[in-house]
Amino acid sequence: MRTPRGTGTSLKNFPLFGPIAAVVFAFLYIPLVFVVGYSFNSNRVVTVWKGFSLEWYADVLTNDDIQRAVMNSLRVASISTVLSVLFATGLAIGLLRMARAGRTFAWSLIMAPLVIPEIVFAIGTLALFVQIRFPLGVDAITLAHTAFCIPFALLPIRARLRTVDLSIYEAAADLGANEWTIFRRITLPLLAPGIVAGALLAFIISLDDFIVSYFLAGAGGTTLPVYIFGMIRNAITPGVNALSTLLLLVSVVIVTISYIIARRKR
Amino acid sequence: MARRRTASAPRAGQGSWWAGLPGIAYLIALVLAPLVIIVIFSFLSRAKLGVGVKWEFTIQPYVELFYSESLSGERSFDPTYLQIFFNSVLYSLITALVCLALSIPIALWIATRPPKWRTLLVFLVTIPFWTSLLIRTYAFVIILNDNGPINGALTGLGILAEPLPMLYTPFATIVGLVYSFLPFMILPIYASAERFDFRLAEAAYDLGATKAKVLRRIVLPAVRPGIIAGLILVFIPALGSYLAPELLGGGKTSMIANVIAAQFGASRNWPFGAALSVMVLVLVMVALVIFAVVARRSSRRGANQSLESLL
Repeated sequence: MRTPRGTGTSLKNFPLFGPIAAVVFAFLYIPLVFVVGYSFNSNRVVTVWKGFSLEWYADVLTNDDIQRAVMNSLRVASISTVLSVLFATGLAIGLLRMARAGRTFAWSLIMAPLVIPEIVFAIGTLALFVQIRFPLGVDAITLAHTAFCIPFALLPIRARLRTVDLSIYEAAADLGANEWTIFRRITLPLLAPGIVAGALLAFIISLDDFIVSYFLAGAGGTTLPVYIFGMIRNAITPGVNALSTLLLLVSVVIVTISYIIARRKR
Repeated sequence: MARRRTASAPRAGQGSWWAGLPGIAYLIALVLAPLVIIVIFSFLSRAKLGVGVKWEFTIQPYVELFYSESLSGERSFDPTYLQIFFNSVLYSLITALVCLALSIPIALWIATRPPKWRTLLVFLVTIPFWTSLLIRTYAFVIILNDNGPINGALTGLGILAEPLPMLYTPFATIVGLVYSFLPFMILPIYASAERFDFRLAEAAYDLGATKAKVLRRIVLPAVRPGIIAGLILVFIPALGSYLAPELLGGGKTSMIANVIAAQFGASRNWPFGAALSVMVLVLVMVALVIFAVVARRSSRRGANQSLESLL
């Protein structure tokens, strides 16, 4: 592609890049705008606009099955967040002190859930639980979520740990603090923003997961995304959009908070 | 800055390597063990009744990848699954290339904004990644369907007499895949571009190179690690996608994940599902090796950095 020169003296703008960037941003957000917009449609047919209404929100919020699914999702996400943050904090500290081979092995294990296609991870875990006769349901989902939440919890903690000035430990040790005191009084407070940011990310990753939950749900483990998937398969109404909008809202609020916490005091 | 350290004698208060042991043990149990089980199951016989496997060694699941057996027990070559593998690779490649074409302009555009804007713009790129993949895929069920906004506009304006069927086509699947994984391409390219000193490009431009030439000869080579990392980060998850082909392809454009899911669902052929999964893992590894050879070391750094820039 040849571009005639002479327009503008600065290279700050490659021709068309600005407009293409605008189109890509629109592409990223317009689909979500449609999901949200149609959640206020009073018509049963999602994409045929009839009028503004909040009835679908009332509808989904009073549905018993949906309430159960929400409770399942919250339970899975909270427990797997706590577990993955505990493991990730230990890993973040441990990784720094590991021999090279151990670190490579640990790092591959941590990152594996991000590289392995989720479907393979999902059916592998299903096969494992069936083999060891661990019952499917919320607990099975929680255990699996914990595994793939670890990398998301780990990265902000690790980023935080890297900014710690090592001499502070030596100072504490010289002043007579023991390992446990140092961990409690120095390491933990310093890591706190990273831990909170990591916990929030782990929470939404778990809350939003569909595939792993779908295969491990069994009879009583329907989470909110699994429930929404069922609605999409059976009968699409603006109710799907209303639920989706609520879930989107939670994700966006949490990721924004996490982001602000992680960037602060860097 | 990243502090590079190798393991040395423990210093006071910095913790010890055993702090990582619980996490490693957990990941061995819940990441490594499931993978091992998959490989084992792929060499077992299918259960006669219900779910699971029969513990009897066989290579039948791998034979089923290529041959089908008629009722009379005759074996004949059957390209069904090869075709699905081929389609999956093809769709994922197209997805990666479309993402690349969209990402280069936006990544470079963001990288040339004033620093205080960049953070916000990058954050705007990452937000969709943190929202539910199911909902993002569902968005295109609404948008592409026959009485959705696109067809509504086209027929409403009289451009089309009949709605154009877009949902339940390979096109819909690919659009869904592009939408799902676009941030994975933008972020690593941006991460490379951000470290690039654009004064070099300015210099070339001042010396008389055209903008196209500056882009091709100077800027693109500089962001190459980001491009390669982005190709990996898009291609691999696209290859294992379940939701986009399921909800947007409408059964006509199954990808590997849908076939695997069916084996663990209605078809109840776990060993075959496991064999298909092993093939996916092999494909992923082949892709990683190809990219690693193309990229040498540079892209692994790029991939790590872009993962970190995501957070």
